[in-house]
Amino acid sequence: MIIIGELLNGMYKDVGKAIVEKDKSVIQKIAKSQIEAGADALDLNCGPVSKDQVSDMKWLIETVQEVTDKIIVIDSSKPKVIQGAIRSAKNKVIINSTTADKEKLEILLPLAKEYGCSLIALSMDKKGIPQNKDQRLELAASIIGFCMEKDFPINELYLDPVVMPVDVAQLQLKEIIESIREFKLLCDPAPKTVVGLSNISQGILDRSLVNRTFLVMAQEAGLDAAIADPLDKKLMDCMITAELILNKQIYCKAYLDAYRKSKK
Amino acid sequence: MLKELAQEKWSGKINSINIGATKEEGGSRTSVVKIGGQATLPFIFNDGDIPHRPVIAAEVWDIAPNDWSSTLNSELEDVYSDPVSWSKKLIDEFKVDLICLKLQGAHPDLGDRTPTQEVKLVKDIISNVGVPLIVIGCGDDSKDNLILPACTEATKGEKCLFGSAVQDNYKTLVAACQADGHNIIAESPIDINIAKQLNILIHEMGFGLDKIVINPTVGALGYGLEYAYSIMERARLAALTGDKMVAQPFICFSGPEAWRAKEAKASIEEHPEWGKELERGVIWEVLTSATFLQSGADILVMRHPKAISTVKGYITKLMEIK
Repeated sequence: MIIIGELLNGMYKDVGKAIVEKDKSVIQKIAKSQIEAGADALDLNCGPVSKDQVSDMKWLIETVQEVTDKIIVIDSSKPKVIQGAIRSAKNKVIINSTTADKEKLEILLPLAKEYGCSLIALSMDKKGIPQNKDQRLELAASIIGFCMEKDFPINELYLDPVVMPVDVAQLQLKEIIESIREFKLLCDPAPKTVVGLSNISQGILDRSLVNRTFLVMAQEAGLDAAIADPLDKKLMDCMITAELILNKQIYCKAYLDAYRKSKK
Repeated sequence: MLKELAQEKWSGKINSINIGATKEEGGSRTSVVKIGGQATLPFIFNDGDIPHRPVIAAEVWDIAPNDWSSTLNSELEDVYSDPVSWSKKLIDEFKVDLICLKLQGAHPDLGDRTPTQEVKLVKDIISNVGVPLIVIGCGDDSKDNLILPACTEATKGEKCLFGSAVQDNYKTLVAACQADGHNIIAESPIDINIAKQLNILIHEMGFGLDKIVINPTVGALGYGLEYAYSIMERARLAALTGDKMVAQPFICFSGPEAWRAKEAKASIEEHPEWGKELERGVIWEVLTSATFLQSGADILVMRHPKAISTVKGYITKLMEIK
């Protein structure tokens, strides 16, 4: 399981402030603490405070690369920001994200191919977020079709079923888990799958409990990656234990410790 | 229909280890053995780098073995009494890459040789041969904790490979190897879970994961070979997908295991239907060793010169595929 640390996001006050003030130490400290806790990749999002998103994203990438060679996830809904900032990346990159809309795919897919990046594609389009599994699969299939047309390697594609908050769309959660299972059956080699985990618990009380329960269920369905908070120790412990039960890790007495040490 | 050969892309790789140190590196070896570094399964050259070929270490004892088969005796008996000549014979005539000195005679039931005696022997071998040295204790924990630290100290700077650290007795040897700059063998009883746990325990003492060699304990053909094979395969797959706690090279004592098998030792008089013991024993050692090359052995510890030559040739052929 690839854990993409979500904490370097301008919507968090300290990160937003550091972006505005160009305070490298705050950003680097958060980057390092996420890696220390077991993150495989770091999501970078300038958030609402940024006046010049391209230059802020470049600064974030360069700042983070000074302290790690882990995967950088360039997170922006605007293809222009990604286009503008990607040249600054020396580390392996995942682009986050495109939708199933052709105009976005036409920019981001060739860009990902040119730079040898992975690409996160949300199974949604301009019409909005699908209401069930079938609509998600339909959009995912059209994304895969587009990738094949453009000769984009499917194993670099991360399909995101778009997780909804449990208090808003309770009916959808099972559909989302089943979508993950069926995304993997759409082609061979199978696409990878990813979720923005914390969305599920937006606005509710015990966020960590809901996050980790969903994560484990999604892992069983074949989830490959999650954008999540690696500092949530209980979440990470559950994720590692689920990997053990799914036989993706070799058991030993200190398996939690072993997993974390292996990531350093 | 033509199908493309599926290619695996691995994210992890096996640790690289250097055994032996030259004069420039603070030791006195004339050759250094490099193992590990693979970024793919054994001999699957298309999927990733295989920087080093597997190597062969010849097993030499500090005392003359009295229970080895007549097939081994006929080749080696003349040098049993002198471990230095024994080592030289296998290096000069059969081009082994390392000597694996087993201090069997230190065992309280097998001669109870003293630390002073073993240190003298280790020093004799070091000053008379140029290849790197593997030193293995007698298997009696309390005795090993006396002789092995004495030997690590006597060979400080030579970057030997010392064994074996086991789950219930690893601290003394780890501390000694750490202090004197040697590599260590972590031995587990055909158990991948214990192998991983032991590596963590050793690592927690501040010992580098890149100085550990795993002895997974193997069984000979007919005596658990398949099980050992699958354990090694499982560890390799985990290592190549990023589990650093099992990403160590393997040492396999295929020779000693093969020669424990009745099929290798029994005389033709006992089992006429099995054919000549001279050929049979060597075949047993060759098959056992060759099998573990395919599951990822980096060092094979072997006994019979003919088996050593055959397996060495086989390794060369396998590496030519590259």
